[in-house]
Amino acid sequence: MSAKGDPVSVRAVRVDEAPEPAESTWRTLRRGLALSPELRVGLAGTLGLALVYMVGRVAVPVAVQQGIDRGIVDGLNLDALFVVVSVTAAVLVVTTTCGYLMMRRLFTVSETALAGVRVRAFRHVHDLSMLHQQSERRGSLVSRVTSDVDQITQFLQWGGVILLVNLGQLAVTTAVMLAYSWQLTLVVFAAFGPAVLVIRLLQRRLAAAYGVVRQRTGALLAAVGESVVGAPVIRAYGIAGRTARRLDEAIDGQRRAQQKAIRISILGSSVGELAAGLALAGVVVLGVFLGADRTLSIGEITAFLFLVTLFIQPVQIATEVLNEAQNAIAGWRRVLDVLDVAPDVADPGPQGRELPTGPLDIRFAGVRFAYPGGSTVLHDISLEIPAKSRVAVVGETGSGKTTFAKLVTRLMDPTAGAVLLSGLPLTEVRFDSLRSRVVMVPQDGFLFDASVADNVRFARPELTDEQLAAAFAELGLVDWLEGLPAGLATGVGERGEALSVGERQLVALARAYVADPDLLVLDEATSAVDPATEVRLQRTLDAVTRGRTTLAIAHRLSTAQNADEVIVVDRGRVVQRGPHDELIRDPDSVYGLLYASWLEQTR
Amino acid sequence: MWWLTAGENVASGTSRDVLGRGLTVLGLAIREQPRIFAVAVSGSVLFGVMVVASAFVVGAVVGDVVVPAVESGSVAKGTLALAAAALLGLSVLRVVGIFGRRLGAGYMQFRLQAAYRRRVTRRYLELPLAWHQRNATGTLLSNANSDVEAAWQPIAPLPFAVGTLVMLVGAVASLFAVDWALALVGLAVFPALFALNVAYSRRMAPRQAQAQRLRAEVSGIAHESFDGALVVKTMGRESQETARFAARAGQLRDALISVGRLRGVFDPMLETLPSLGTLAVLVVGAYRLRQGAIEVSELVSVAFLFTVLAFPVRAIGWVLAELPRSVAGWDRIRRVLDATGEMPYGDVRPDPSGAAPATLTFADVGYRYEAAEAHLPGTEVLGEVSFTVPAGKTVALVGPTGAGKSTVTALAVRLVDPRSGTVSIDGVDVRDLAADVLAGTAALVAQVPFVFDDTVRANVALDRPGVDDEAVWAALRLAEADGFVAALPDGLDTMVGERGTSLSGGQRQRLTLARALAGRPRLLVLDDATSAVDPRVEAAILAGLRSSAGGGPGASILVVAYRRATIALADEVIYLEQGRVVARGTHRTLLATVAGYADLVTAYEQAEVDHDRQRTHDEVTPMTSGLEVDR
Repeated sequence: MSAKGDPVSVRAVRVDEAPEPAESTWRTLRRGLALSPELRVGLAGTLGLALVYMVGRVAVPVAVQQGIDRGIVDGLNLDALFVVVSVTAAVLVVTTTCGYLMMRRLFTVSETALAGVRVRAFRHVHDLSMLHQQSERRGSLVSRVTSDVDQITQFLQWGGVILLVNLGQLAVTTAVMLAYSWQLTLVVFAAFGPAVLVIRLLQRRLAAAYGVVRQRTGALLAAVGESVVGAPVIRAYGIAGRTARRLDEAIDGQRRAQQKAIRISILGSSVGELAAGLALAGVVVLGVFLGADRTLSIGEITAFLFLVTLFIQPVQIATEVLNEAQNAIAGWRRVLDVLDVAPDVADPGPQGRELPTGPLDIRFAGVRFAYPGGSTVLHDISLEIPAKSRVAVVGETGSGKTTFAKLVTRLMDPTAGAVLLSGLPLTEVRFDSLRSRVVMVPQDGFLFDASVADNVRFARPELTDEQLAAAFAELGLVDWLEGLPAGLATGVGERGEALSVGERQLVALARAYVADPDLLVLDEATSAVDPATEVRLQRTLDAVTRGRTTLAIAHRLSTAQNADEVIVVDRGRVVQRGPHDELIRDPDSVYGLLYASWLEQTR
Repeated sequence: MWWLTAGENVASGTSRDVLGRGLTVLGLAIREQPRIFAVAVSGSVLFGVMVVASAFVVGAVVGDVVVPAVESGSVAKGTLALAAAALLGLSVLRVVGIFGRRLGAGYMQFRLQAAYRRRVTRRYLELPLAWHQRNATGTLLSNANSDVEAAWQPIAPLPFAVGTLVMLVGAVASLFAVDWALALVGLAVFPALFALNVAYSRRMAPRQAQAQRLRAEVSGIAHESFDGALVVKTMGRESQETARFAARAGQLRDALISVGRLRGVFDPMLETLPSLGTLAVLVVGAYRLRQGAIEVSELVSVAFLFTVLAFPVRAIGWVLAELPRSVAGWDRIRRVLDATGEMPYGDVRPDPSGAAPATLTFADVGYRYEAAEAHLPGTEVLGEVSFTVPAGKTVALVGPTGAGKSTVTALAVRLVDPRSGTVSIDGVDVRDLAADVLAGTAALVAQVPFVFDDTVRANVALDRPGVDDEAVWAALRLAEADGFVAALPDGLDTMVGERGTSLSGGQRQRLTLARALAGRPRLLVLDDATSAVDPRVEAAILAGLRSSAGGGPGASILVVAYRRATIALADEVIYLEQGRVVARGTHRTLLATVAGYADLVTAYEQAEVDHDRQRTHDEVTPMTSGLEVDR
């Protein structure tokens, strides 16, 4: 085993460790560093400080050797001893100070860099297309910007400091040992060599075991979530027993995985400990022979015994840190993977164009849409919707009607063909222009945990309360607003849950109204609202849509009745188009049947 | 940073309290897992003793083997072999100690976590829905997960810490056995090390807590922002949202840097202190050597002891550092375990009278939501509600949003118990019915469909006896769900729910309908359960239910409805307003006699009248008529 054998093998562990075929640990680290150049700030200085700090670790064994050889064994020489001790104490003060400075720099740099990564990843998630956002579970996107980043910082700090210091300690210790005796150094390496190999093998198993733990923890969370969210169903169907069984399975599954992981981890540290014992015994045996030959002094042999203990700790600590490192690298990779996904619906940026001022008309030119890997939702749609008209799109569930809304707002791009607003293809329109002129009120009018006022002025934070009040008056919602406990300042609660579903939709409509778009897209879902409330919503809607081009995805035909024109979609094709009154003249048409059914339901 | 100082003051003001309570929690853990704790502590003590012993063996080896060998120039092979064997033996015993300690500590920690996760989730299943409604889902999730984890986190280093205490006592005792002067150095260094650890943990705890708080806030913002991603995107507010997130992430960064600086101060000091101790030993030892009070071997032993003791002392700091989180986690767990208000089931099992539909009776039923704080009055939701769903009949529950309709459905299947009055099925108070009898008799289909993360089959059958594949398909057919289920990639075996194939809202509703029908209930309660389904599909489903209610097993139906077609199917309509039954009778009667009812169910016609009037108006003022512009 060579002097630099250990650092090399430790590095090898890091490279080989990742069982995921995606990419090597090194590559992840390189990508990570490339993305966070801040991490390199003052790196040389930090490394220099770390080096000095490490010297402190070997100061004591050297002092013991010097003290024994100069001050004690060859007749007591207290003056020499004092010199040794004072010099060492001074060295320790310096190294401790360097340790502080090193950690301070490291923490500041790494936390700053990773706060940057956190924010960039957050922004990037918002920049991803709606399709991509939905394909990931919400919770997993959140963990990209929270726990995954936390893991990286933990790795950089725990792993970074400890690994750095300990690898440095190994190197410095090895150097000092070599200076004393190459023979004894060989003995130490002979004892640790096999141990490092075994530990490496165990590392691989440990990484796999921790993978299982994470997976089981996920399953546990899912099971608990189900028992909490599904409480009414569990109770109503008397299936507490079944649920308890599922929970117990998940809980015990996680416990067993944890226990397995810790068994492997203990095996690793035991191997290290045994190697230390072997090294110590070997050093004593050979050291005594060398001592008898006068090749080594008593102080040097003693110092060697101390140095061996300095060797054990880094090996053990490094192996433990490497476990953490595996998790952290995986987390880093996940964050980088998110950042690497190019938004498939991308902002053309500064080269993009602005929508022409004034009311917008819509044109679908040979638009086809299919979900990636899915069947075609819309087939070859070509149509024009004039500016300032109010158009409703109707169709049965699964007919493809909501896809219209997503294409017009460029939440998705068509698979073929183009969507044009006032003659401009959407893909060429800058997002800031598009988003300020085209506003969509989604089915789930999501509200933020803030006041009614803050939710309404979401798109235009500069609006004053007076302006908002005026907007509510224009919408005919003054009565409603006055009925709220604190008027505009009323908190809406998490996801707006302090308000009823209908009220949430009122706020969402007001939010769209003050955004003052030229094209309003409504994906209305008023199913949870009683008819009286719905009618009220309808009136508000009339006020909101006045004077703008409006495309409403109508789930209720009352909306269609109010529209200037109705587009009927069936199995991905436009089958009928015209004003409501005209369309109902053919009772056997798709619309005629829909309307008959609607009447039957509501009258 | 003012908040850090504030946090620190609070923490130090109560730190004695936290320490005491933390130790109580640890004591409880030991009482729950005494044997495994004994194993872990034995291992830890063995390890500690071996560490101290190894220092003396090393000293002896230097003094009795190395020094004579160097001085005489010849090797006493027997003594040398003995020394090597002793060192190896110590090492093996240390490994045994490590095994006992870490395995014991790990198993103890994981078992306690598992045990408390079971207890907490058991309580979730036992506690009434009213309790669930008062607690946010996120809180309940973290109670069972991170709070349990936090409560038992100090268990991992605990045996090590206990063993270290024993080791320190042993070390000081052995120091006194060697030499009083060297022992005094030990008495100065060890307590100082201990004190430094305690000071470290105390300062660290509030900073960690602050960082933890900010972490939760950062995560909260991310959750909310990603939940509302569509709104953010469609309104182009990505930059503003990012700024909001960045502000909090910046605070978190500052808090974490403050944590790091503290570590920067203490970690190097904790490492240097034992080294200074070793230097002091050299000086004091040299004097004592000159006085002839000690030998070289003893000096080496003591110096070695200082070197190897530094690391284990850290374990005590680890335990102390985890205590505040542990106590906080424990308090939150206790809140769940100590919560009261179970709804015990009765043991009445009426004669299984075959397949006759059940009769549901509400007699003077009142219900109020409990306030979040016990001393505040709750909100009254229902008062003096009385009605009957006669066997085999269909009753529609109609009323404006917030009238209490969903509460009536929850009471009907005993998801909650009334504050006053009684709900009975076939004349038996539902509180007296046995759990399985109640579940087998009445089925509720809620407004928002809930689908388990499981197969379609499991979602419909729910492991209920007698619900085989045939029954599952029959129920799916009745709920008009057989078509889409057959088209799923694995049919009944398709995983649905969060990680499985995502179903549309209407499909989920039909699946939950099938779930209710599969149990062949004698009373079916539908809480606006077809709202996400298109009108035509809904009509078909209702026709199926109707025929099932008439022929087949036969069920009485209580249905919350807005749609006229649904209401028209009912034998009787109960009109609810602000938690009171305002009127009951046939649809026709109510329409003629109750103004509120007529307003509600004819809202569309009225809107249409308004609309027509508006349109007439528009036509005379063509400027606003988009229709005219279009053509």
